[in-house]
Amino acid sequence: MDLLVGQLFTGLSTGSILLLAALGLSLTFGQMGVINMAHGEFIMAGCYTAYVVQQIAGDAGVSLLIALPLGFAVGGAMGLVLEALLIRHLYHRPLDTLLVTFGVGLILQQVARDVFGAPAVNVSVPPALRGGVDLLGVTVPKTRLFIMGLAIVAVTAVALVLRFTPAGRRIRAVVGNRDLAETAGISSRAVDAGTFFIGSGLAGVAGVALTLIGSTSPTTGQSYLVDAFLVVVAGGLGRIKGAVVAAVALGATQAVFETYSTASLAKVGVFIVIVVFLQLRPQGLFTLRTRSLA
Amino acid sequence: MLTLRNLTCGYGRTPVVHDVNLDVGTDQVVAVMGHNGAGKTTLLRAVVGLLPAMTGTIELDGRDLTRTPTHRRIAHGMAYVPQGQQCFAHLTAGENLRLVADGRKHGKTLIDEQLDRFPALRPLQNRQAGLLSGGQRQQLAIARALITEPRLLILDEPTEGIQPNVVAEIEAAIVDLARSGLSVLLVEQHLGFALQAAAQYAVLRSGRVASHGATGAGARERVREAMAI
Repeated sequence: MDLLVGQLFTGLSTGSILLLAALGLSLTFGQMGVINMAHGEFIMAGCYTAYVVQQIAGDAGVSLLIALPLGFAVGGAMGLVLEALLIRHLYHRPLDTLLVTFGVGLILQQVARDVFGAPAVNVSVPPALRGGVDLLGVTVPKTRLFIMGLAIVAVTAVALVLRFTPAGRRIRAVVGNRDLAETAGISSRAVDAGTFFIGSGLAGVAGVALTLIGSTSPTTGQSYLVDAFLVVVAGGLGRIKGAVVAAVALGATQAVFETYSTASLAKVGVFIVIVVFLQLRPQGLFTLRTRSLA
Repeated sequence: MLTLRNLTCGYGRTPVVHDVNLDVGTDQVVAVMGHNGAGKTTLLRAVVGLLPAMTGTIELDGRDLTRTPTHRRIAHGMAYVPQGQQCFAHLTAGENLRLVADGRKHGKTLIDEQLDRFPALRPLQNRQAGLLSGGQRQQLAIARALITEPRLLILDEPTEGIQPNVVAEIEAAIVDLARSGLSVLLVEQHLGFALQAAAQYAVLRSGRVASHGATGAGARERVREAMAI
């Protein structure tokens, strides 16, 4: 029983990390169809934002509170610049976008190496988040609980913005039919920029959160990129609830495999599960039902 | 109101519509007719900015909009209802309307006015627009266009592929709009309705204006001749 509960929490925890990393991507890739290989570097930028803020502020708790919104702003600003300078000119050219953003990712990694050095750096966990909490006989690290909470808040915020705000309606409209959105008086370019800002900003938030459970190096973000893409594709493109279910399912699958094998073999197991799943259901978990595709 | 001068437009480098001159006066309905492939939809897409003009000019009330992006043309008073009952399929009917009303003064009143015009839409506001029938989607598309408070309404085959009882409702709404002082540029296959609703007509053949004039006596014959029916 303890083992099962332990694995459940590990799965949820891994799932929430995946979800945080993938949530921004579900906007930029899932909603807009942009394959941004530099998304991982936006996560890395969030990690280094947390590191820099802590170097300046000193106090781990205060610096975390500052780093979360600042990480969003830093990631968002980087996304905005990337969208305006490169991606805007490459819409409808996915392979070019993939190559260009991959190159941008490598450049950003090198910049991080030049500024912060190649060795990993660590961010201190605030005292309030140190240690664990006993839940159903299992000790769960507080940092993991915090990340779960942050993932829930981030997903809820994104879902509420998309569902209930004028900006969210505009994003969904442009995603659904770009030309029609223009004829409804919506500037699709402005919406693209805004969507990219939010998606990249969420990557920055994910980066700040990841410093609570691991060290930061120039390649930190890259290690989450493939998993993030898997979550978005398996969940169904553009479907936030799909990303949530897929992230938790992937996290749980990985946790179960890790119990009986190594982390590397667990990864192989997860890939096999996804390959089989996408063979059976290429459209992902959730799709849109309509009479017409208009 | 709308003035097209020597407008040539098409896809890529291939022109489809050649040297079109067309005027839509204030409070006037102008019908554009022609066979499939004559360039009617291409012309409208260029007028609204979804296709670039290769040569020529597009003016609205004396303002040159030839290079203006579509959403700015909408802000200047154009509204466009494209062919095929297009709506934002994954938004609800109500969201389709609110999307356009957002940020407008009296947005709620504007929505209410259109729901009064198309009462069938009122109980469907929470339904996903992609699940509505063709007729309902077309009413939604016209309502959405009207919420932008246009001076010129551009309609591309508004009754195509719609069940007959709804066709009558849509035709009545268009006639009513024209009487209320809205300028309308209408592409329509149904000759009878087009000539009844419009004051002027133009027939496109192979992307060129083959015939144009007033819709009074003899117009039907001239149109049929130009269309080689």
